[in-house]
Amino acid sequence: MAERLKATREMKKIMQRYYFEAKNARFIGKKVAWITSGGPVEPLIAMNIIPVYPENHGAMIGASKKGGKLSEFAEGLGYSQDVCSYAKNDITSSITKESPIKGGLPKPDMLICSNNICGTVLKWYEIQARKYNVPLFIYDTPFVHTEFTEEARDYVNEQTKEYVKFLEKVTGKKFNYRRMKKVGRLSIEAMRMWKRVLETAEHHPSPMTAFDAFFHLALIVTLRGKKVVVKYYKTLLKELQERSKENVGAVDEEKYRLLWDNLPIWYRMRWLSQKFASHQAALVADTYTQAWCGVIDYIDEEDFLGTMGEAYTRIHLNVGVDQMAETIKGFIQQYKADGIVMHSNMSCKPYSFGQYDIQHLIRETGIPVLMIEADMTDERKFSQSQIETRIDAFMEVIKQRKQHDYTGN
Amino acid sequence: MKENKALRRFREVAAAPYDYLRNLKTVTGKEMIGSTCSYTPEELIIAAGAHPFRIFGESKGLSHADAHLQAYGCSMVRGMLEDGLSGSLDFIDGVVFSHACDSIQRLSDIWRLNVKSLHFDVLLPVKLDTPLAKSYFTKVIGRFKKDLEKSFSIEISESEMKKAIHVMNELRNNLIRLYTLQSQYPGFISGSDISAIVKASMVMEKQEAVDLLTHILDEAGEIKLADMPSNPKRILISGSICSHPDISRIIEGKNAVVVWDDLCSGTRYFEGLVPDDKEPLEAIASRFTSRYVCPAKHLGVEFQMENLKKLITQHKVDAVLFMFLKFCEPFSFDYPDIKKALEKMKIPFLMVEMDRHNGVDEQMRTRIDTMLEIL
Repeated sequence: MAERLKATREMKKIMQRYYFEAKNARFIGKKVAWITSGGPVEPLIAMNIIPVYPENHGAMIGASKKGGKLSEFAEGLGYSQDVCSYAKNDITSSITKESPIKGGLPKPDMLICSNNICGTVLKWYEIQARKYNVPLFIYDTPFVHTEFTEEARDYVNEQTKEYVKFLEKVTGKKFNYRRMKKVGRLSIEAMRMWKRVLETAEHHPSPMTAFDAFFHLALIVTLRGKKVVVKYYKTLLKELQERSKENVGAVDEEKYRLLWDNLPIWYRMRWLSQKFASHQAALVADTYTQAWCGVIDYIDEEDFLGTMGEAYTRIHLNVGVDQMAETIKGFIQQYKADGIVMHSNMSCKPYSFGQYDIQHLIRETGIPVLMIEADMTDERKFSQSQIETRIDAFMEVIKQRKQHDYTGN
Repeated sequence: MKENKALRRFREVAAAPYDYLRNLKTVTGKEMIGSTCSYTPEELIIAAGAHPFRIFGESKGLSHADAHLQAYGCSMVRGMLEDGLSGSLDFIDGVVFSHACDSIQRLSDIWRLNVKSLHFDVLLPVKLDTPLAKSYFTKVIGRFKKDLEKSFSIEISESEMKKAIHVMNELRNNLIRLYTLQSQYPGFISGSDISAIVKASMVMEKQEAVDLLTHILDEAGEIKLADMPSNPKRILISGSICSHPDISRIIEGKNAVVVWDDLCSGTRYFEGLVPDDKEPLEAIASRFTSRYVCPAKHLGVEFQMENLKKLITQHKVDAVLFMFLKFCEPFSFDYPDIKKALEKMKIPFLMVEMDRHNGVDEQMRTRIDTMLEIL
């Protein structure tokens, strides 16, 4: 396997600095906003508010293999076994302070919730609004089954204005429109850089896999709008391009190229990565990390605030199943995929319901699909031996098909 | 209460709602428009000359739905899809998907791709507590009206809307009167009959339901206190759907009565009237943004707790029974904080998770029995 990407060390440093600042926000006179992963973060950056992501924290808890334990604690409080484990991890950690970040997340001064990723965040943020007794702003993004209606456009654009007023009220400061322009440009630039990073995987062999993307995603999620993100992705891009030039693949002797759908299985990243690599298969792209650069075209660089509403409303999880299938078809072409691995994620209904229909809609591509049922952070819901057997069988099919293609039989 | 024709009719319709609808379509020739959630502006469907009804998801098996939805979907959403795919809704002309929870949202996509019928997405806001959201709500209702007009090549007049508002308000008034009587004279009618009446009201021609209910309410004027349970325990049921007759029987078998509910298959269907002095679209929207809201909607962070507390006091409730559908996120996320509020109030409660296709098992029966016995 290729060596670890060198940029990784820098990324860890940036994240450490970010969490250090967030944890000490009150000492440096800054406010902290908890925000959902698909929420409009740029106005916060423009107002010098530190955004903190409970979902990112949930993923960290999952990666440290504590998701099951923290979920179980929440279940003891009365939360159902069947609801989102990110939410349960966060609720538990905000009580017990158990977290990969010492002492857990810093307390919020405000909560910013956008339902463009799910309705679960609404309930989750209501719970935390009651707990911390802080103001909650809901950025309500009507679902785009087939059409982004005129009234939906007006509704989200007007909410952007309400959002600005909300931030002015909470901080007691005038909104900085000049800074917002800069932040907007930087955000778009970061999204473009992230896109280019992901697109390096078009190369055969791919210099990176989805597992790298899951890791490097943290910056575009948490800090887009800041210079450091653009700078970091430039460095990363350079390293990946160098790998491509020298034909160094992330997976040794890459033979098969796969797509991943849905959130990662955080507590089995290494195992899954090695499992696929042992079959000479690289997960070259995924629908999850692509979501942070899939809507650039809807934003006008000159009018970020006036156009971000549409972009935030049309993200991958807020559109119809048929449109999701079209996106996947596009990736199959772009990354020359031989197969798709779908994570049927018990914690994420809006991402998972519809996967069977997506399979049906992409059948014309003739690409085999493997469905793995698990949970993004709750390792109690992962059956390793069963999943291993299914991956082996799936790879067998892929190998046979590829052989068939070469021999023309 | 005494047996009567009206009651028998409600029971009959509730037992075989789709037979009723198939027949109604033959007799009236009206378009049959199904809905999947209590946030459906039925007034507009009526004003368009069509017939609105609720899809219940009552198919026995789930073999068709299983090919489209994972097993961790709630039994209601999977059941509704099964109804659509299996042919048991062979009489429908269209379905309305009002935005509520994540599962119904995806059900809409899956339905659109697999069931041939008119398809209406009503993209309601999630928050209902700002003037902007309320104004957007009205615009969404307006779009639904236009979609209906386009689909049926008609124009829906203001007077038709007002007529529809009137008949729906009459139905709501009658159902509220029925519930209020049950709260005043607990046990004057059985819980399973109340469930049947509400369920049938979601299916029947509204005027027919109004007339039958008026008849029942008139008869109820002669309630004989001697025929009723003495000092029954007063129960409130909260959750999404609960129309299982066994639940009422278990409760009533322990000298307890459900005096009120907070259910999609109960008060959330009929609570609150559409004001008749406002422009119709705005009036319809204003009912939805002020009545009991479903936990998938936002009306402030304390709404569900405060509403439940209010109902407990208002109806002198002795205990609360939470009936949740397994895998239903909006309801289950509120539960731990509601639980804390009830503990503070010293109100006993029990939460049971149900799967609509499995009915009531021994364990569930024992748990409900035990709670009622300790009251």
